Amino acid sequence: MKTYLSGVALSAMLAATAAMATGTAIAEPVKIGMIVTLSGPPAALGKQSRDGFQLALDKLGGKLGGQETQFIVEDDELKPDVAISRAKSLVEREQVDVVVGTIFSNMLAAIFKPVVTSDTFLISPNAGPSTFAGKNCNPFFFSTSYQNNQNFELLGKYAEEQGFKNVFMMAPNYQAGKDSITGFKSNYTGAIADEIYTPLGHKDFSAEIAKMSAAKPDALFTFMPGGMGVRFVKQFRAAGLADQMAFLSAFTVDETTLPAQKDDAIGFFGAGNWAPNLDTPGNAEFVAAFEAKYGYVPGTYAMQAYDTAMLLDSAIAKVGGNMSDKDALRAAIRAAEFTSLRGDFKFNNNHYPVQDFYLLKVAKRADGKFQTEIEKKVFDDQGDSFASECKMTW
Amino acid sequence: MQDDLVRSSGRRETIAPAFFGCDRAVSTTLILVQILNGLQLGILLFLIAAGLTLVFGVMGFINLAHGVQYMVGAYFAVAFYGLTGNFLAAMVLALASALVLGLLLEFLVFRHLYDRDHLDQVLATFGIILFLNQATIVIWGPAPLIIPTPDFLSGSIPLTGGLLYPVYRLAIIGAGLAVAALLWFIVTRTRLGMLVRAGATNPDMVSALGVDVRRLFMLVFGFGAMLAGFAGVLSAPIFSVEPGMGDNLLIVAFVVIIVGGIGSIRGSFIAALLIGLVDTLGRSLATDILKLFIDASSANQIGPAIASMLIYVLMAAILFFRPTGLFSVGRAT
Repeated sequence: MKTYLSGVALSAMLAATAAMATGTAIAEPVKIGMIVTLSGPPAALGKQSRDGFQLALDKLGGKLGGQETQFIVEDDELKPDVAISRAKSLVEREQVDVVVGTIFSNMLAAIFKPVVTSDTFLISPNAGPSTFAGKNCNPFFFSTSYQNNQNFELLGKYAEEQGFKNVFMMAPNYQAGKDSITGFKSNYTGAIADEIYTPLGHKDFSAEIAKMSAAKPDALFTFMPGGMGVRFVKQFRAAGLADQMAFLSAFTVDETTLPAQKDDAIGFFGAGNWAPNLDTPGNAEFVAAFEAKYGYVPGTYAMQAYDTAMLLDSAIAKVGGNMSDKDALRAAIRAAEFTSLRGDFKFNNNHYPVQDFYLLKVAKRADGKFQTEIEKKVFDDQGDSFASECKMTW
Repeated sequence: MQDDLVRSSGRRETIAPAFFGCDRAVSTTLILVQILNGLQLGILLFLIAAGLTLVFGVMGFINLAHGVQYMVGAYFAVAFYGLTGNFLAAMVLALASALVLGLLLEFLVFRHLYDRDHLDQVLATFGIILFLNQATIVIWGPAPLIIPTPDFLSGSIPLTGGLLYPVYRLAIIGAGLAVAALLWFIVTRTRLGMLVRAGATNPDMVSALGVDVRRLFMLVFGFGAMLAGFAGVLSAPIFSVEPGMGDNLLIVAFVVIIVGGIGSIRGSFIAALLIGLVDTLGRSLATDILKLFIDASSANQIGPAIASMLIYVLMAAILFFRPTGLFSVGRAT
């Protein structure tokens, strides 16, 4: 599955014309490869990334940093072997200058080595595992999203600030699920009503909901991405628990799940670095343009991909389109001289962002669509807790 | 971070015993709620397993695509709810469509496989799973869909101890019991049921007595598909409707028909409730029970693993003592 934005022929023709006119070396178009998940139920997330990047490119007239740009999109199908072969094809055959990917941390782990060992820049528009934030940080890897734990830490901090005495925790029984609970606990010191691990892809939460109901906690903390979140929110609301405890969640109620959760999620809390109603320069225009073009509400996935395109635009302009001087390009990316839709943005020494984090709340808009909205800023200019283990200095 | 873990497990032990000791009123109600949850899961399993056991028992046909018919039922419900805005109307239309689709599949694919060996049947029906899963993605997209709980069944009723139970889940239990009663009546009190029972025991003899076994098979097949579709419709308002949603349930449905005895409706009813209860109670109690014996963080690790194994352990144990299942129909070989 490939999308060629500006046809190869066209670019070649332009380059040839330019070469004939000036007699200088042929200017190659900038090549950006994107690897996101575009099949299966999580396709909604990859779609947001692709559309966000595309919107930025359209706004910039198909050029990044004033250079003709070829944008190639690949689907990792959420399979590590597929992700690796797509990454290799982008790097070796297409010889892209930058790879933008991925949505999921395990896909990032798969493509990381083939991309960075070929001295190609890899920019993650969403996945933010701790693996590459600490001692394995890499001069060719950047993240424009967040470090996964930060959203969980934020919720723990909020629970602590609210003086919650008793919190019920539930997450799927796999690594990210366990990380979520560890992250929450790192800032929360109150009692734990119970700590439940469900199978991944769990269908019926009735047994867990009955326990919540009996434990009568002040708040529930949960991490239930994708379809699990849709089912759980629905069942939680139907059981009448929404009025009895605060619902604190990460990656459970967002713009990719709200079209299915609808009214059932209203008033539930999420965590993130952005929301469609965040009051920053250009954000309202971004949301309006995105909805006009794609017909759905952009989530943080779309915003981060849009920011990635804008970041690349600033960096490529700074090096004057010379993609072969990797050190200069790296310095230009590090400078991050673009206006992020999320407001404050700069890179930490480990190439992960230093940014603000917010408690988000689900609301129904006047036009009947649903979105998360900024409730409260919890972290200001926050870097992640692994940056100190990264030896990179600049 | 290590300190946090230790501290939290220290806290936990002060809370866990309250579950079993001091607050007995809550914990009995909690168990009552979990039993209701187990029954409700069992009922859904029964609706799926009933068709599967008949098709397998009467026709000796392995239909892996049975779980897909559950999914299709749910998608039909979503589609017709979108058209009519009425849950009951959507249910009736979805059931009719599930029946038609079941008959269509039988006509186009399955009837050509009855005389083939089981491997061919598995391959062909697996192909149908892939085809229909992809078809739902093409038609409805990959994102999970949901339909709202009908107004007259929304809300929850309080049980003793201040616990709430959703009305809709009680309605599922009621609807499932009604279907079970209807099936019991058809199978034990009607001529059609007699033929089905006879077919399950000795299909060749039934055929030799001049019964059109092909037509009987087609009827059984369509009815089984409709029951699976019914389970899909019922679960649409509580589970998310998404591609592949029937695949996991199919495995459990096979466990049910093996435990219950292949071909026995009564067996699959009892086995479905048993599996539903064991699975639900296991998930809710395994970790807490383990905490009485080992420390909390190990219990949190081991509990969920044991809980997800329980139904298979149960199946192995039943097969050991009764290799043909709880209610074997004594099929002539």
